[in-house]
Amino acid sequence: MASGVKPRVKVPKTAAAGEAITIKTLISHKMESGQRKGDDGNIIPRSIINRFVAEFNGQNIIDVTLEPAISTNPYFQFEALVPEAGEFHFIWYDDDGSVYETKKSINIA
Amino acid sequence: MKRPQILTRAMAVTVATLCAASASADPDEDSLTINGEIEIMTEAAAPAHLDDVDTIYSGWRFRSDETQSMQMDDFDNPAMIFVEAAAEAWDQVEGTEGKSCGTCHDDVDNMRGVRAVYPKWSETAGEVRTLEHQINDCRENQMGADSWNYTGGDMAAMVGLISSVSRGLPVNVAIDGPAQSTWEMGKELYYTRTGQLELSCANCHEDSYGLMIRADHLSQGQINGFPTYRLKNTKLNSVHGRFKGCVRDTRAETYKPGSTEFIALELYVASRGNGLSVEGPSVRN
Amino acid sequence: MTLTRRNLLILGAGTYAFTTLAGVPAFANLTDDAIASLTGGAEMGEGAITLTAPEIAENGNTVPVSVDAPGAVEITLYADGNPVPSVATFRFGPLSASSSASTRIRLAGTQNVVAIAKMEDGSFQIAKANVKVTIGGCGG
Repeated sequence: MASGVKPRVKVPKTAAAGEAITIKTLISHKMESGQRKGDDGNIIPRSIINRFVAEFNGQNIIDVTLEPAISTNPYFQFEALVPEAGEFHFIWYDDDGSVYETKKSINIA
Repeated sequence: MKRPQILTRAMAVTVATLCAASASADPDEDSLTINGEIEIMTEAAAPAHLDDVDTIYSGWRFRSDETQSMQMDDFDNPAMIFVEAAAEAWDQVEGTEGKSCGTCHDDVDNMRGVRAVYPKWSETAGEVRTLEHQINDCRENQMGADSWNYTGGDMAAMVGLISSVSRGLPVNVAIDGPAQSTWEMGKELYYTRTGQLELSCANCHEDSYGLMIRADHLSQGQINGFPTYRLKNTKLNSVHGRFKGCVRDTRAETYKPGSTEFIALELYVASRGNGLSVEGPSVRN
Repeated sequence: MTLTRRNLLILGAGTYAFTTLAGVPAFANLTDDAIASLTGGAEMGEGAITLTAPEIAENGNTVPVSVDAPGAVEITLYADGNPVPSVATFRFGPLSASSSASTRIRLAGTQNVVAIAKMEDGSFQIAKANVKVTIGGCGG
């Protein structure tokens, strides 16, 4: 696992049933592009997060494929429908096989 | 040694011409509120000790709308990744004394106001101290822990955390009394030309702010936003790290981060921003 | 021509200009190829997809971009001046409230960002935005 990887998400605590809400996600990650050379002149091998998925109560919201052109500390903003109270599940997949996850619950106001 | 001198002159002229030729672009008129609640003074009347500047501006006012907006919400501000890590370190017991920062200071919110008055004369140390020095003093003498590298990631993050709870408060460093001689040393450094390019801090940040240096919009070089997350290196940058970069770019041998010279310069530069809000951790290009 | 230091410098500058010029179309072709393999060479419409990117980016390391294509099932972003043109693909699921997303991307220099949306009916939409990437005056 790459060191110091920490996911952050911003989700409202409550919503009206059927409301569209804005979600922001940020994960601390170097996103080493595989294009850079190290001090020894050799290419630093690529090491990125290559996929990000957001789900709500098991149903998909967005599925993102990331390439090395995504900036350090990948940031996404998107909109989700909230049909009922439940739990968001956010998953990031690292090149090295690590999987980072975080969950957030939301209530219906 | 004649040639380098001619080269230097030619370069100085080129720099001057470039600055004069490019369209003057003053700080923009945008205003900064963080998280919809922390009002930031990005413009203020210059403190009394400044003779050649009427209005002081935060560096935020010289950045593009895109860069500016990254600082308007803590979630959009990538510096907060480091601040969150520092918040964990705050309660982390380290060293021989079994203490964390929180053992003595309790909640980090109690540090509100601290950033605004540093660098500051320390009665016990008998010298002007920066926030970094104070943090290391705590680590070594209170916690019995190893000191942190002055411009290292742990240090920048902790300074960022302590700054974050002072956001919105006016910078207010003392320049008189026991701090005066250090402040005067800093002022001297600010106006001293260094390096092959023979540039002082004032040449760019007092005489030429608002102009373009190549594609870069020159700010007043205020440090109220430090530590700052820079898009170019995607990490938190300390004041002394930035000073070092600037001085190096005049093609001079730089002073060391944490040195007497940079402490004095930090006090002086901070005092040029007395009246602007503490803004750190900010986002810059 | 004798190889003086000055001539070497000129030679060096010339070579650099040549490789740079040669490099641009190569990258652009990579993007065309990538788009062709995505769309199968289908005609692309315009107007139903909005791509928002700054005209001038202060630093190519972190350039904010947003895409919005109502009715799209998938949006792919390309940067035609990057060594690898693909940037990201967003696939919108059943609980997506809009076919829109924002992210921050790396641009190796001034170039076009291209967004291709695959619509529900299988047709494609394209939008382009030119982003000028400035080089800071002070490396400091």
